[in-house]
Amino acid sequence: MCYDVSIIGAGVIGAMTARELAKYELKTVLVEATNDVAMGASKANSGIVHGGFDAKPGSLKARFNVKGCEMMPQVCRDLSVPYKNNGSLVVAFSEEEMETVKELYDRGITNGVPALSILDKAQLKALEPNLSDDVFGALLSESAGIVCPYELTIASTENAVSNGVEFVRNFKVDGISFDNGVFTLTSADGDTIKTKYVINAAGAHSDEISRLIGDESVELIMRRGEYFILDKAVGNLVSRTIFQCPTKMGKGILVSPTVDGNLLIGPTAEDVDVKDDTSTTSEGLKTIKTFSVKSCPTVSARNAITSFSGLRAHPVNNDFIIGPSKINPQFIQAAGIESPGLTSAPAVAEYIAEILVNAIGNVPENKNFNGIRKDVFRFRHATDEEKSAAIAENPAYGRIICRCESITEGEIIDAIKAPAGARDVDGVKRRTRAGMGRCQGGFCGSKVVEILARELGCSINDITKFGKGSNILFERTK
Amino acid sequence: MLNYDLVVVGGGPAGMAAALKAKECGVDSIIVLERAETLGGILEQCIHTGFGLHYFGEELSGPEYAAKFIDQLKGTDIVVKTDTMVLDIDDDKVVTAVNKKDGLLKINAKAIVLAMGCRERPRGALEIAGSRASGIMTAGTAQKYVNLDGYMPGKKVVILGSGDIGLIMARRMTLEGAQVKVVCELMPYSGGLTRNIVQCLDDFGIPLRLSTTVVETHGTDRLEGVTIAQVDDKLQPIESTKEYIECDTLMLSVGLIPENELTKNVGIGIDRITNGAVVDEMRQTDHKGIFACGNVLHVHDLVDYVTLEAQIAGQGAAEFILGGDKDAVYVTPETGNGVRYLVPQRVNINNKNEVKLYFRVGQIYKNAKVVLECDGKVISSKKKVKLAPGEMENVVIPADILAGMTPDSSIVVRVEE
Repeated sequence: MCYDVSIIGAGVIGAMTARELAKYELKTVLVEATNDVAMGASKANSGIVHGGFDAKPGSLKARFNVKGCEMMPQVCRDLSVPYKNNGSLVVAFSEEEMETVKELYDRGITNGVPALSILDKAQLKALEPNLSDDVFGALLSESAGIVCPYELTIASTENAVSNGVEFVRNFKVDGISFDNGVFTLTSADGDTIKTKYVINAAGAHSDEISRLIGDESVELIMRRGEYFILDKAVGNLVSRTIFQCPTKMGKGILVSPTVDGNLLIGPTAEDVDVKDDTSTTSEGLKTIKTFSVKSCPTVSARNAITSFSGLRAHPVNNDFIIGPSKINPQFIQAAGIESPGLTSAPAVAEYIAEILVNAIGNVPENKNFNGIRKDVFRFRHATDEEKSAAIAENPAYGRIICRCESITEGEIIDAIKAPAGARDVDGVKRRTRAGMGRCQGGFCGSKVVEILARELGCSINDITKFGKGSNILFERTK
Repeated sequence: MLNYDLVVVGGGPAGMAAALKAKECGVDSIIVLERAETLGGILEQCIHTGFGLHYFGEELSGPEYAAKFIDQLKGTDIVVKTDTMVLDIDDDKVVTAVNKKDGLLKINAKAIVLAMGCRERPRGALEIAGSRASGIMTAGTAQKYVNLDGYMPGKKVVILGSGDIGLIMARRMTLEGAQVKVVCELMPYSGGLTRNIVQCLDDFGIPLRLSTTVVETHGTDRLEGVTIAQVDDKLQPIESTKEYIECDTLMLSVGLIPENELTKNVGIGIDRITNGAVVDEMRQTDHKGIFACGNVLHVHDLVDYVTLEAQIAGQGAAEFILGGDKDAVYVTPETGNGVRYLVPQRVNINNKNEVKLYFRVGQIYKNAKVVLECDGKVISSKKKVKLAPGEMENVVIPADILAGMTPDSSIVVRVEE
């Protein structure tokens, strides 16, 4: 069998592109190297929907950012993904930085960003009283927001799969050949996929994938960003996303609420040599503490419930690499997608689908496409009546597994049974939040392992944290 | 809406003893709500012995200790609901709970005993740098895998923190054939019981390295090793002492946190040191009719003391239910030199009985005295060969001293070196 399109990489770009392609009568497969979707930058980033004032006018970043920011609320409604239009502030701490703020304002206007304004200190403090007294003023972007990046990826994949896209996991592409207009993708395990078109959405690995067809144009630098997640008890310290003035390395350390009610501080920006190295470092964590206190003096890492790091695939030319490869026009690049990549994703996906459909020509629309992904039952958000009704229908909704976040057994089973569902403990965590609370899985971790083993029909020592090699248990005790 | 005189939240050793005591004191309708599938709480996975020496005068395993109370409960009309999670308690003492069979439950209570226990501090709170490989878990989670599920969570183990569960697991893993390379303790002293250090580490030749911590974890999929380092007197790692240790498992035993989310939701006052409710000598919180006992109140060293404390709370709840609210005149005992906290935090001087104040010290003392001073007068001064943060201590305020007190009286407990 030969697919029309293979998307390599189930990050937010790959997943949203898959969903766009599901709108057409195409045989599409989403190919992922690891055990789950959203395993790279899409699970470890700031979760910000940027207004679009930061990117250089005329760049792909500027174009897709502004469009993506505009599309995001509707996409999230359709996919039942948590999104909040909380607005963002770029805060200046000196007259000099106020100049930067004005530049950003002008750039935003050029880029077509709506609802921008410059605030003086009094206006700023009125909006965000917990900001430092050292602030001078800020740029307010009212169209900016926050979104849960991995839920967006998971929901897009689910919706794509529900509409006919195939999802293949643990297929690490390490060879691509091209013959008679057809690509053959070969996995590290020797499996093959035949496909007429390839979309390279492999994130940090998109340079390697590109090289497999001899295209050297994707040049990436891995730029690590470390973060702290703070307890919900301090989740409302600020209501908007607070940036400091940007530097060459990026947008600096932010302080932001998350859609789940925690507070996020970070990221650092450090160029690293190794891909997939999402270690945190003591220096990095120290940097976050130093810089976040500058914005919000009362922010304290003592409230941290966890820290994490993610890798940005920073393109050397500083802009997204999107479009057909010069080596082979049937190979479409969607590479170098760093910030504002999450914001841009819906717009990038739409654009890539358009390129493909035009290239293939006369592709009929998928008349059965249903872009709505209904929200799963979430016990913690339900009213008493809804809870009672849900438990009456399925008693598993009456058994709390994760105490900190009130996640029920029913929700965990749903996450496993969903299209492209969870296969490991971290997959359950991202889909349900089980283990994301203040005890970080201390109580529920072992129960999630049991439920996974039961639902997947395997032994509990086959269950992994995040796929191959990350086993949790060894053999039986004596 | 269901109606019960007493709702006990938690069916571990504290909840069971409180319920039984309340029944014995004449409370008519009592319900115990337990979130796990069985009663007994964490005792169920503590298959080692050492429980009950003080209370029963015999050495029992955790499940044996729990079974004594479970059996007693069976002989009463106390209602027990397991696999039932309490979601909320409101100001009018309406308890909302959920389980598979009954769905959402609303229970109207005359009094409530909080006995939710504690949880282990996770990695996130520790700021250990490094990867997110599998093989990093709390000692209690590892204990469950080994003792209840029957699977080995690792083969080469480093343990961070010398709390009792960590010490117990060092021995347990060794007995199961794993190699426990080292137990690191950030502080210059262990937070565990002396008997556990001797029986679980020394007897097996497992090194305990004090003033040492784990600074980094290595390995992308499964843990491959950790970097440990000694710390200076500000507890900051000393760069030159960094050392790599190969291991596939890092167990954390770095402290227990009373699980007071429900307590806080009701608006009950919390002691900043114990992280438990502020209570009086009957373990009544600042919300009348709501009592707390066991590890949700303050982390205990021995379950025997949990039982004793829970009986006080059970009696207090019974008196409240049967006799109503009585006028109380409170004196707040003060922590003097070396004493980190005192439980109870308030003492009703109208109380006719002696009151035992429990506390822990902040460092190790040798040949020191524990002094109780009331209104400037030394009431007792007990010699102690050793005082350690890992062990709970107590002093008794005699009934006649209490009877002679006024609202302006002072009570101070301190350590004299």
